[in-house]
Amino acid sequence: MTIEPRKPPPQFAFRLKRALGGRAGWTGFVLQILFVAALVWIGYEIVANARANLQAQRITSGFGFLNNTAGFDVSQSLIPYSGSDTYTRVFLVGLLNTLLVSIIGIFFATVIGFLVALGRLSPNWLLSRISGGYVELIRNLPLLFQILFWYLAVLSALPNPRQSISLFGSFFLSNRGFVIPKPIANAGLEPFALAILVAIVASLLLRRYARRQLFESGRLVTIWPYVVGLLIGLPLVTALVFGAPVTFEVPELKGFNFSGGSRIIPEFVALTLALSTYTAAFIAEIVRAGIQSVHKGQMEAGSSLGLQRGSVLRLIVVPQAMRVILPPLTNQYLNLTKNSSLAVAIGYPDLFSVFAGTTLSQTGQAIEIIAITMGVYLLISLVTSAIMSFYGWRLGRSLNA
Amino acid sequence: MKRVSLVFTLALAAGLSTQAATAQTLKTVKDRGMLSCGVSQGLPGFSSPDDKGNWTGLDVDVCRAVAAAIFNDATKIKFVPLSAKDRFTALQSGEIDVLSRNTTWTLSRDTSLGANFTGVTYYDGQGFLVKKSLKVNSALELNSASVCVQTGTTTEQNLADYFKGNNMKYEVIAFGTADETVKAYESGRCDVFTSDVSQLYAERLKLSNPADHAVLPEVISKEPLGPMVRHGDDQWFDIVKWVLFAMVDAEELGVTQKNVDDMAKSDKPELKRAFGTDGNLGEQLGLTKDWVSRIVKAVGNYGESFDRNVGAGSKLGIARGLNQLWNKGGIQYAPPIR
Repeated sequence: MTIEPRKPPPQFAFRLKRALGGRAGWTGFVLQILFVAALVWIGYEIVANARANLQAQRITSGFGFLNNTAGFDVSQSLIPYSGSDTYTRVFLVGLLNTLLVSIIGIFFATVIGFLVALGRLSPNWLLSRISGGYVELIRNLPLLFQILFWYLAVLSALPNPRQSISLFGSFFLSNRGFVIPKPIANAGLEPFALAILVAIVASLLLRRYARRQLFESGRLVTIWPYVVGLLIGLPLVTALVFGAPVTFEVPELKGFNFSGGSRIIPEFVALTLALSTYTAAFIAEIVRAGIQSVHKGQMEAGSSLGLQRGSVLRLIVVPQAMRVILPPLTNQYLNLTKNSSLAVAIGYPDLFSVFAGTTLSQTGQAIEIIAITMGVYLLISLVTSAIMSFYGWRLGRSLNA
Repeated sequence: MKRVSLVFTLALAAGLSTQAATAQTLKTVKDRGMLSCGVSQGLPGFSSPDDKGNWTGLDVDVCRAVAAAIFNDATKIKFVPLSAKDRFTALQSGEIDVLSRNTTWTLSRDTSLGANFTGVTYYDGQGFLVKKSLKVNSALELNSASVCVQTGTTTEQNLADYFKGNNMKYEVIAFGTADETVKAYESGRCDVFTSDVSQLYAERLKLSNPADHAVLPEVISKEPLGPMVRHGDDQWFDIVKWVLFAMVDAEELGVTQKNVDDMAKSDKPELKRAFGTDGNLGEQLGLTKDWVSRIVKAVGNYGESFDRNVGAGSKLGIARGLNQLWNKGGIQYAPPIR
C-alpha cells in the first residue's frame, strides 16, 4: 500500500486570507473592505464639501496665487529677495530660514547636550551638580518663555547702534544684532578653496594609511604634524602665490543702522539660543541614560587596559551607548525643527511666520497654504529621521561586525 | 503652537461646516440668541476690553448696533478677539458673523477672500511713530531705519511700496500681534513703528512715556476701515451695511441718544420713515420697524460714538477730519433711508 503524501495547502490563497482577514478569515476581509470604503467616503465628503463651500462663497482656490507678487519685505533671507518677488519665492525664503535655524540649532544642541551629559557623569562634584542644575532648570521652563526671555530680556538690553559695543573697530554688537565684516571674494578664492580641499583629502588618506598600519602591523604612526602642516601650510602658500582669497568690507554706522558688513539679526540669535539650550537639556538626559545603560564592566575593562577615562568613553562606552541614544535623539531633532515655528512670536521670518502667517492672511487661501506647510514640515521630519535611521543602521552594522 | 492649531482648526472648519455657507446668517444669529463679532485683540478707541471685560470702541459699537437692531439688546454679543493674520480665516469659516476690526477695504480683500465690506466706519491713512530723541521730522528722513510692523496687514505692503518708491533702504521686522510689535518698538529693536494713524495714537497711549514719541506728518496711504461679512448672504450684507448707514443718517438728522424718543414722535417725513411710523423699511431689511431707534438708543449716532471712543470725548482726542459728515466738510456720507 502506498501512502499518498497529503497535498500541502494552497499557500498563496492561505497567505492572502491571513494577510487580509487575520484570524477572522473572509469575514474579516469583508469588514476591512467596508472600513476602507468608509474612510474613502469620509475623505471624499470632506474634499467635496470644502470645494462646494469655497465656490458658494466665491473664495479663490487653487495654487495660482503662488505666482502673484508678494509685495512685502522680509528681514532675513538667504537668497536674494525683494517685495516684487512672488509668493513662491517667499515660501523658499521661509523654508531656508527654517532649515537654517534648525540645522544650526541641532548642531549646538547636540554639542551642549553631550557636554552636559558628560559633565553630569563626571566624578567632579561641582561639575556634575552644575550640569544637573542646568538640565533641571532648562527643561522645566516653557520654551516660548525662554525664547521671549532671550529676545526681550537679554538681547534688547544691548545698547542701540550708535552706542554699540565694538570689537577691534570692525565687529559691532547692538540691539540690532551682531555686525561683522563681510568677506568679498577675490581672484585668489578659487585656488585657496582648492588647496583646502586637497589638504582635507590628503589628511583623510593619511589617516587611513595610519589605521591600516596600526591594525595590520601594529605600528603606531604619528600623523598629526603632517595633517596640521597640510591643513594650514597648503592654503597659506596658495594665498601667498595668488593673493588674499577674500577682502573684508568693514561695517560703518550710517544713519540709523550699520551699512556694509554682514549682520546676524537678534531674532535669529534669540531663537537659536533658546532652541539649542532647551533641546540640549533633553539630549543631555538621553545621552546620560545611554551611557549608563552600558555595563559598568566595560568601563572597568577599559581602565584595566590602561586607557584614560576620556579614551574609555570615546572608544568603548559611547559607541555602544549610541544604539540606545539614537532613537530618542532623533525625536529631539524633530522636536527642535517643529519648535522653530515659535519664531512667529519674535518676528523671525521662518516658514510658518512668512508663509502660513503673512502669505495666508494676504491671500486668504487657508486650505492650500496649510496643506503646503504641513507637507513641508512632514517632509523635513521624514528626511531627518531617514538620515538618523541610516546612521543607526551603519552603527548597528559596525557594532555587530 | 496655539496659532498652528487655531489656523488649522479654522481651515478644517471652513471645509466641514455646511452651516457657514448657507445664506441664513440672520436666522442662525437669532437661533443662537447671540451675535458673534470679530474684533481686535485690544486697540483703544476701536475695540478694547475694560477692566471688567466690557468691550468698547467704534468697531465694537457697530457690532452693538447690529445686535440692538436684531435683539433690541446690545449685550447679546460674543466678542472674538483676532490677530490681523487670523481675522479672515475666522470670518470664512463661520466662527464669526461680522468682522469689525479696523480692517482696510481693498479690492483683493473684497473679492478673493470670499467676503464683502459693508461700508467705511473710519477713513484712515498709514503713518509713522518715532522717538522724539531721534530728531526726525519727516518720513523721508527714514533711510536705513529699522521698522516694526504687524504682519498680515496692508501696512506691511504700503511700507514696501513707500520705501521702494522713495529709493530708501529699510529693515522690516514683522510680528504676529500688535502688542508684540509695540513691545519691540519700545525696547529699541526698531526706530519706527508704522500702522494706521489712528492706531498709532491708540498704541502711543500704551507706551510707558507717550510724550517721548511723535507721529510724523506724512500719511502714505488710504486706509478706509470697515466691517466685513461673508459672501453668499445678501440679506445679512444689507443688514450690516444699513446699520452703519443708519448711524450716520441719524447724526445727519440730528437724532441723538438723548432726544431719540422725542424725535420718534416727530412729524417730519424723513424722521417718520426712519422711525417706522411711516412705512415698513425696517421690515424690508428683515428687522423690525423701530430698528433705527433701537440702534440710536444702544450706541447713539455715528458722531456720538466717534466722540465717545476716539474723538474729543476720549483719551485719544482725534479730530473728526475726513470722518466729519459730508455737509460739514468731511466725507462720511450715507444713502437716504427711504
